[in-house]
Amino acid sequence: MTETPAVDVENLVVRFHQRDRTIYAVNGVSFRLARGEVLGILGESGSGKTVTLRSLMRLLPHNCAIAGRVVLDGEDVTAASESRLEELRGNCIAMIFQEPATALDPVFTIGQQITETLVRHQGMPRGEARRRALEWLERVQIPSARRRLDSYPHEMSGGMRQRAMIALALSCNPTVLLADEPTTALDVTVQIQILLLLRELQRELGMAVVFVTHDVGAAVEVSDRLAVMYAGRFVETGAARDVLRKRAHPYTEGLLAANLHGVEPGSRLMTIPGAPPNLAALPSGCSFAPRCAYAMQQCGETMPAPVICGDGHVARCWRAEERIKVAA
Amino acid sequence: MNVPPSSDDRGGAAQPLLIVRDLKKHFPAKGSFWSLSRDTVQAVDGVSFSVAKGQTVGVVGESGCGKSTTARLLLHLIEPDAGEVIFDGEGVGAPGGIGVRELRLQMQMVFQDSYSSLNPRATIADIIAFGPRTAKKVPSKQAHDRAGGLLEQVGLQPSLFARRYPHELSGGQRQRINIARALALEPRLLILDEAVSALDKSVEAQILNLLADLRRDLGLTYLFISHDLNVVRHVSDRVVVMYLGRIVEAGDVGGIFRRPSHPYTQALLRAMPSMDPDRRTEASLLTGDPPNPINPPSGCRFRTRCAFAEEVCARVPPALQDIAGGHQVACHMMVPGSGHSRAGTICAGHD
Repeated sequence: MTETPAVDVENLVVRFHQRDRTIYAVNGVSFRLARGEVLGILGESGSGKTVTLRSLMRLLPHNCAIAGRVVLDGEDVTAASESRLEELRGNCIAMIFQEPATALDPVFTIGQQITETLVRHQGMPRGEARRRALEWLERVQIPSARRRLDSYPHEMSGGMRQRAMIALALSCNPTVLLADEPTTALDVTVQIQILLLLRELQRELGMAVVFVTHDVGAAVEVSDRLAVMYAGRFVETGAARDVLRKRAHPYTEGLLAANLHGVEPGSRLMTIPGAPPNLAALPSGCSFAPRCAYAMQQCGETMPAPVICGDGHVARCWRAEERIKVAA
Repeated sequence: MNVPPSSDDRGGAAQPLLIVRDLKKHFPAKGSFWSLSRDTVQAVDGVSFSVAKGQTVGVVGESGCGKSTTARLLLHLIEPDAGEVIFDGEGVGAPGGIGVRELRLQMQMVFQDSYSSLNPRATIADIIAFGPRTAKKVPSKQAHDRAGGLLEQVGLQPSLFARRYPHELSGGQRQRINIARALALEPRLLILDEAVSALDKSVEAQILNLLADLRRDLGLTYLFISHDLNVVRHVSDRVVVMYLGRIVEAGDVGGIFRRPSHPYTQALLRAMPSMDPDRRTEASLLTGDPPNPINPPSGCRFRTRCAFAEEVCARVPPALQDIAGGHQVACHMMVPGSGHSRAGTICAGHD
């Protein structure tokens, strides 16, 4: 018998109904994540990466319709009641955000916030919860942790706040951690420290992590597997190594080139022409076809089926096989 | 359309377009209401560099290092406390030099936030025509005609965009408008302050290509301020590295990236993600955040985070010294006889 995956998403579809139109934000995303595995979801703004992440916790506004199945650690989140969801959030599944200054509560100290979480979710006595909060601050390497327990978020630097938010999110030992661009707002030298910290904690605690980012560099530092997202779909998924080297989907190729990775300084950059599609009126075939240099007639007509390009490496492109062969 | 720079090359090709000497700006820090202490934020503290004609000089550093303040000081958007700015051989605001208004015709800026830097109630054509109409008294009709040409130059079709408003455009398109607006005055130097930082990567690449084309076609000089080391390496001829209001290292882009000599530059470059799953970064050279620029450390400002800091580093601020062909470093370890135990040992490794 195989172990239950930490995250099992099947054909997730998310739509936002607005007054005069419907936004097709996520259009059939499926993936499985084992315990202790890290999936990096890579995409540009409007690709649906954050919506995908939030629908795992059902943290979405009321005007949206979610279809498909999300099973976390054996429990169907899509069918769960609101009260059950509240139990799950922060306990079995936790989330960290891009901007800790807004994610943390400004009127409570860091210590109070972590203590409260432990008391509420784990029924821990207050004294013990505070001791545990201190342990967590030490674990995320906040200097003079005892003093920082009584600090308010605004009294801390950006990097330290991000550490405090990680401590808060991990305090109840979640099975799954969702990370939404947690290092984007940070300076380079702080960013690498946070990435290294996340990697270390993830290994120690054996969590499954879904790490959403637009930054290929950050994704590569923490992810075992990568999913490249475009117009609400995973266009390429696979081991980080395979996605980076083989680039079976033309969008992956364009995105990596735009990241100036391995590009001769001063040379002309390969760009993706045009702009991302309007999510209210998606093309019928491959969403990337209008911008794709390799598009054929078929691409504009029918949505490509997933093509297996290697062990666990899948791309949604009619020409994926041919592209892999050429690359090899 | 190919418009040559408005003013002649006055100083000749060898005269740097911009020379900055010992630029300083200290802001009073907001203390508590009752406190009598006079804290200051030493945002820019003795910055000197020059920009040769036709070059792109990249300025890198973390938040609070003073790179954006430097840009604003150059344009006199904020008044410097001290220091000299020389534009093509002429002192800015100096007797016999050029005035601030004249300077701003020749030096324009593109900001990070493409939305807040455009007037939301003006059409794109009006925005681009505004500068020439007001600053150069160009007749409205002519200014609007030229706006069309500029739109084309930045890759936007005038018939589609001239009558639209900023909110109808995407971030990348708005940044093109900002570039067109800056170019409308036919400047010779463009300051790009995190101009591509807020854009998606695929759009960023398009804008970088556009900037490269414009530089070549119009003979422009760029001061390119960014926190993104990959971008700076791609676009710059020369790189200036700032830390807490001072320059710690400056040199040719190749020298800086191949042989970083200041411990801070080394740490900064090591913090760049490897982009290789098989060679992930294993450790960070630095711990903690950049310190607060209010009351920075004495002597070398980096010493509180530097693995090699010694007594001399706290006592004497290191001067920016040339170590090899225009490669300058401000570190006691680079200067034989500075009193640092490693002084001169690292210097020898530089070819």
